[in-house]
Amino acid sequence: MSSGDVWVLGITMTKFGKRPDVETDELAAEAALGALKDAGVTMADIGVLAAGNLMGGALGIGQQVQKQIGQTGIPVFNVSNACATGATALRTVMMAIKAGEADMGLAVGVEKLSGAGLLGGGASKYDKETWTPRGTDGAIMELDGRVGTAGMPGTFSQVGMEYGHKYGGVSFELFARISEKNHAHSTLNPLAAYSKAMPLEMIMNDIMIAYPNTRPMCSANCDGAAAAVLVSDAKLKTLDPDQRRRAVKISASVLTSDPYDEGCQVLPNINTLTRRAAQQAYEQAGVSPTDLDLVELHDCFATAELVHYDNLMLCPDGGAVDFFESGAPFRDGSLPVNVSGGLQSKGHPIAATGIANVWEICHHLRGEAGDRQIEGARVGLAHVIGLGSACGVHILEKAS
Amino acid sequence: MTVPIISALALEPEPHLVANECRACGARFFGRRAACAQCFAQDFHQVPVATTGEVVAFTIVAFAMPGVPTPYVAATIDCGGTRVQANLLDVEPSPEHVHVGQQVRLTTYSLGTDSHGTEAIGFGFTPLEK
Repeated sequence: MSSGDVWVLGITMTKFGKRPDVETDELAAEAALGALKDAGVTMADIGVLAAGNLMGGALGIGQQVQKQIGQTGIPVFNVSNACATGATALRTVMMAIKAGEADMGLAVGVEKLSGAGLLGGGASKYDKETWTPRGTDGAIMELDGRVGTAGMPGTFSQVGMEYGHKYGGVSFELFARISEKNHAHSTLNPLAAYSKAMPLEMIMNDIMIAYPNTRPMCSANCDGAAAAVLVSDAKLKTLDPDQRRRAVKISASVLTSDPYDEGCQVLPNINTLTRRAAQQAYEQAGVSPTDLDLVELHDCFATAELVHYDNLMLCPDGGAVDFFESGAPFRDGSLPVNVSGGLQSKGHPIAATGIANVWEICHHLRGEAGDRQIEGARVGLAHVIGLGSACGVHILEKAS
Repeated sequence: MTVPIISALALEPEPHLVANECRACGARFFGRRAACAQCFAQDFHQVPVATTGEVVAFTIVAFAMPGVPTPYVAATIDCGGTRVQANLLDVEPSPEHVHVGQQVRLTTYSLGTDSHGTEAIGFGFTPLEK
């Protein structure tokens, strides 16, 4: 422990899946109360709250959560940062603690997305009677499907194909095998929305969404929430030995956006900002990729997982296909990736994902992951990326 | 009367795309920008973009928002160093007929007329070799 460190004191995720029985704020409250209980504290101890709910349209999810679990008048930050919303909530609390504004804080992410289908779109703003140019691009009608694709599946499919164009070695089957790995991993995760193994042929023969990603190769829309209680180093020293023993150190917390690069406004460049976030995180934590015992990365589509092996520097430049073929990212491999089942089977309740990934890492570092425990795990990395773009990387270490 | 689907599509003398290029650093943008995203300069001029290029990434969209006909091929095309997003046209939407590295050229087509008889013109790219 050194002064300035911030620790995860308590963290939880709800079971992901269909939750028609609860409202969004109730689901968030379930996770928040779980995190407080896990931390052994109450709302009276919390000095700052950051909360995210991207798709619900609710104003002030943080204040709604307070009304469910405890209104103490503390500052609330409602954050919105695409698929990095949960990671941003976590980082906001961490910054408040580092700044000395609070010694303990709560981060919450929640989403209700069961049955949402394709995300994006909205009401047309175009005049069908008289073609009228609108917006900064002077479009006269919806461009999605007429000038390329604006959809997430097609965008991330192209990201994988672009990697293949640069380095070779990719195929529909290779991407499907990445998905097969994650679905196999999910069988050991009781909190996953889907926990059935899927044979390769079943994955490849399922409904095509956007080549080369079929339905099981896409992240699963579902309901879910996750929450974490963070604590300063100084405050942690005053807590009980049991609380200290289970605390997990946040060795690095990084948030990046997309630096300008030719073409990045045409096809989102999800690589550069992820690589930069990873570089900063390894530097902050003083660890290298070879020190990692497990990684939870943002496999919103099977094609995305491949490129992030490279972006997170889990392999040499251009070596993502070889890394996968070596068996390294399987749970019995040298660097297990997405042992939770990943977004493709665990599910992707957007604003919850960036905290749920951190929970998965903490679960292993605390030695509490049961059947899917990665034995002896001491260091892990959690990564999320949202288009636009925003990338969050957290490196976590077991208390020594 | 004709109107392009986006302002970056110039129809005369021959159809081509037009980018706003930063006079300071040469970065190119489709559509208006307040300042250059690379160097923050605020002075742009319009430049024509090459009408031929290479497919650097593609996808075949089979499942889309309501009202979008599927399947279609969406691609990212490198046109002489400027990346362009467009559909591939006049090509079978199957992985046997589309590949990265494919050479393509710009083509236009009618998107129909509005109530005043103005014709909307869309664009896409078609393979140079069938």
